[in-house]
Amino acid sequence: MLEYIELFFKSIFIDNMVFATFLGMCSYLAISKKVSTSVGMGAAVIFVLAVTVPVNWLLDQYLLQPGALSWLGEEYAGYDLSFLSFIMFIATIATMVQLVEIIVEKFAPALYNSLGIFLPLIAVNCAILGGSLFMQSREIPTLGLSFVYGIGSGIGWFLAILAIAAIREKIRYSQVPGPLRGLGITFIITGLMAIGFMSFGGMLTGGDDAPKKEGATTKAEVKVEVKEDVDKKAEKLANNTKEITK
Amino acid sequence: MGLLSKKDAKLITDPLADNNPITIQVLGICSALAITAELQASIVMSISVLFVLGVGNVVISLMRNIIPSKIRIIVQLIVVAALVIIVDQVLKAFAYELSKTLSVFVGLIITNCIIMGRFEAFALGNGPWRSFLDGIGNALGYAVILVTVGFFRELLGSGTLLGFKVLGDPIEKTGLYAIGYENNGFMLLSPMALIVVGIIIWVQRSRNKALIED
Repeated sequence: MLEYIELFFKSIFIDNMVFATFLGMCSYLAISKKVSTSVGMGAAVIFVLAVTVPVNWLLDQYLLQPGALSWLGEEYAGYDLSFLSFIMFIATIATMVQLVEIIVEKFAPALYNSLGIFLPLIAVNCAILGGSLFMQSREIPTLGLSFVYGIGSGIGWFLAILAIAAIREKIRYSQVPGPLRGLGITFIITGLMAIGFMSFGGMLTGGDDAPKKEGATTKAEVKVEVKEDVDKKAEKLANNTKEITK
Repeated sequence: MGLLSKKDAKLITDPLADNNPITIQVLGICSALAITAELQASIVMSISVLFVLGVGNVVISLMRNIIPSKIRIIVQLIVVAALVIIVDQVLKAFAYELSKTLSVFVGLIITNCIIMGRFEAFALGNGPWRSFLDGIGNALGYAVILVTVGFFRELLGSGTLLGFKVLGDPIEKTGLYAIGYENNGFMLLSPMALIVVGIIIWVQRSRNKALIED
């Protein structure tokens, strides 16, 4: 049970889609002008992630991984279809997005009108495909965990877009220097928010990938990086600390 | 350029500055930010996008009259996914270490808004040659930002460029480090990418007042 809770909070705060890995930035910047539309978009992302990540987990487990086809019989055990994963994942996602579009159009026409062109673009929202690809590369072990991961990432994205939309509504009344107005200041605010979210890195105390023991101060920094980068970064930080102690 | 008419040349030069895909059209931000901690990764990413966008634009443009508009997004996704699989396999075969660094971001070229955006906005309505130029132009505009961000982040963050220690050796205290210069490790962390891009936008819009939003 504990690992579910841990993964849930980890995917919301520490591995936040927007602030730690920059996924879904395009729609994040395009739709965050008003709080009401950003809530709709965020909800759609949560839903789509919660559906697509487990579905893609099943695909990965029973179709794509090396040796995944062994449930068909001995002679299929040697196949490795993992090179097909991009195309399979994106096809699943496109289908699911179509489904969400139909449902939203039927039950919430107002939301459908305000989201307009962006709903089909969820299919090309990096956050959705990124969720599935991170699920694959982090080797999430069970279906339940992949569901938790999908929901958690979705909520993280939702929080991020909600926060920036609220800030952008307020910032309209401030005197921002001309060239920074609009996109520029949004980037810088997002950067500052990302720095804030880095502090959540200290929240994680243990679990499946305990932080590398490189000294207490580096722990937070290492955690927020993409997992693949961790080893390299740790090495660099170790050099830095060496240098400092000198 | 004798080869290209003035109108065609504009397709390539426009996205480099005044219609830049990242700073003006706001497309393809994700990968621009995530992989720019090192110059080398930025360059490889740019080349991958150049390939995918150039070829993809031509393919879509050739098929533009036979794609039913209702399913065009799926068709486009399949075309991109096929091209990205090629890039991914080539990277894994010839530059395995680098493909580890780029990790999922190669796959995320599929959902790079630049690609879908150019397909929708240009390739569906124009011939193959013009689409090819548009693809190359936009990919180059993307590359300019990526390489700039990668350059500053690697230079200020780890004091190297493409892995060469251009500012001297931080541990043996040579070069700039001899007079007390320190690397700003913060540049390597993800938030700084956002701030660097924000500053690039600031500089660009100060130089060209027409781009300022109201």
